Amino acid sequence: MAIQVQIPTPMREQAGGKAEVTVNGVTVQAALADLLRQFPALGPKLFDNGRLRPYVNVFVNDEDIRYLDEMNTPLSDGQTLALIPAVAGG
Amino acid sequence: MPNADFVTGLKCRLCGKLYPKSPINFCTDDFGPLEVDYDYARMRLALSREKITKRPRGMWRYRELLPLDGDPTVGPQVGGTPLIRADRLADALGVEQLWIKNDAVNFPTLSFKDRVVSVALSKAREFGMRTVGCASTGNLANSVAAQAAQAGLETIILVPADLERAKIFGTAVYGAKVIGVTGTYDEVNRLCTQIALKYGWGFVNVNLRPFYAEGSKSMGFEIAEDLGWRFPQHVVCPMAGGALIGKIHKAFTELNTVGLVDTPVTTKMWGAQAAGCNPISDCVKSGRERHKPVRKPNTICKSLAIGDPADGYFAARLMRESGGWAEDVTDDEIIEGMLLLARTEGVFGETAGGTTVAVTRKLLDQGRIPRDEEIVICITGNGLKTQDAVFDAIEEPAEIKPSLMEFEALAGLAGEPALA
Repeated sequence: MAIQVQIPTPMREQAGGKAEVTVNGVTVQAALADLLRQFPALGPKLFDNGRLRPYVNVFVNDEDIRYLDEMNTPLSDGQTLALIPAVAGG
Repeated sequence: MPNADFVTGLKCRLCGKLYPKSPINFCTDDFGPLEVDYDYARMRLALSREKITKRPRGMWRYRELLPLDGDPTVGPQVGGTPLIRADRLADALGVEQLWIKNDAVNFPTLSFKDRVVSVALSKAREFGMRTVGCASTGNLANSVAAQAAQAGLETIILVPADLERAKIFGTAVYGAKVIGVTGTYDEVNRLCTQIALKYGWGFVNVNLRPFYAEGSKSMGFEIAEDLGWRFPQHVVCPMAGGALIGKIHKAFTELNTVGLVDTPVTTKMWGAQAAGCNPISDCVKSGRERHKPVRKPNTICKSLAIGDPADGYFAARLMRESGGWAEDVTDDEIIEGMLLLARTEGVFGETAGGTTVAVTRKLLDQGRIPRDEEIVICITGNGLKTQDAVFDAIEEPAEIKPSLMEFEALAGLAGEPALA
């Protein structure tokens, strides 16, 4: 269950400078847990008291997980998970 | 403009972390939005009503309160739109004192977006950027395209592919590269964030957003100055991303902070949305702390069709804290609002204007806004751009031959004795 996670520029320092990281996980929750296992420094960037920060949006193949099953959204092999800052537009 | 830059940097609205002036829109610690931070104490010494009123009418007469290092190089004539005493609309709504801030006649592209774009593109030039762009529901696209043409900047503009034809045309005519994206505004917006992060181009409402959004304050400065340097009791404002309502209130607060208006701000802020895309008004009405995003907005009011508003949280909090509220109205009510505004005040506002008028009426009928207090309604865009929305509601003109008899028959004057 290989998932590609796209890392935005401001998080790359905590991800070993990588723009894309391969993780494993059958849900978004599990994939992000694997991401943090590989790069623990990303933890405080993405989560606050165990909850995803409100201004980080997570997309599975370009669909916002808030319109899917949030952190329980199932993942299948080869899908892409993008982490994108939410403060834009209007 | 020596010594006229009072910006101290950018500040995270969540954690307060400070950043130097740069094209960045979010805190790298918690991804909270960044806002321009000013040295108000120094500004207070440099500003006076006399100094401002001697300058040409327009948004740049408040230049100290806007975040440029030097003079505006893009859109120096923007703003200065009329604040209209709207007595006939007041009668129709059953209120005593009503004003319309009419940005439907803003220069150069007939919406309040000309204000934010003037700041953003002037700033983009200060940062040495050559390519600028935006994600837009239409008005912003028009303004970026026109003002970038004037500035000689390359432009890339992304819009939802199903936008009103007039808004797409009114962008492409300026030579901008327009890309229609088959998706919602929020999807376009997400794509623009990805492009801005990858290529470093100046997207006005992405990485230039902290500077860009400050331009909206000028609408508030003008309202207060035109009322005789005082604040109204109520402001009703349309909400898409939710930034404008906050910036108008911030403008009032700043005028008080720098000593241009002595009385503290007690204005109640009211927000207007369409029922088919109401994440912020729903947030206020349901008592939620954060808005629930709308996946597929469905309204004729496309300029307000942002399902996941970046400033939703702050707008909802402001309305609650100021003593205001939010409402949303159906497409039919929006059309009625547009026609009411046009037929009482001669102002053809776009669908967002109809939304704001209709929401004002709803809030009055609910007894939330008192009928005997002073209200300002913000009209932010021009109806000529959204004619399709009202087309079916307008009676087709009668057609006659160039004959006096036919005219009299049509006008019910047949049989009147001739005067000469």
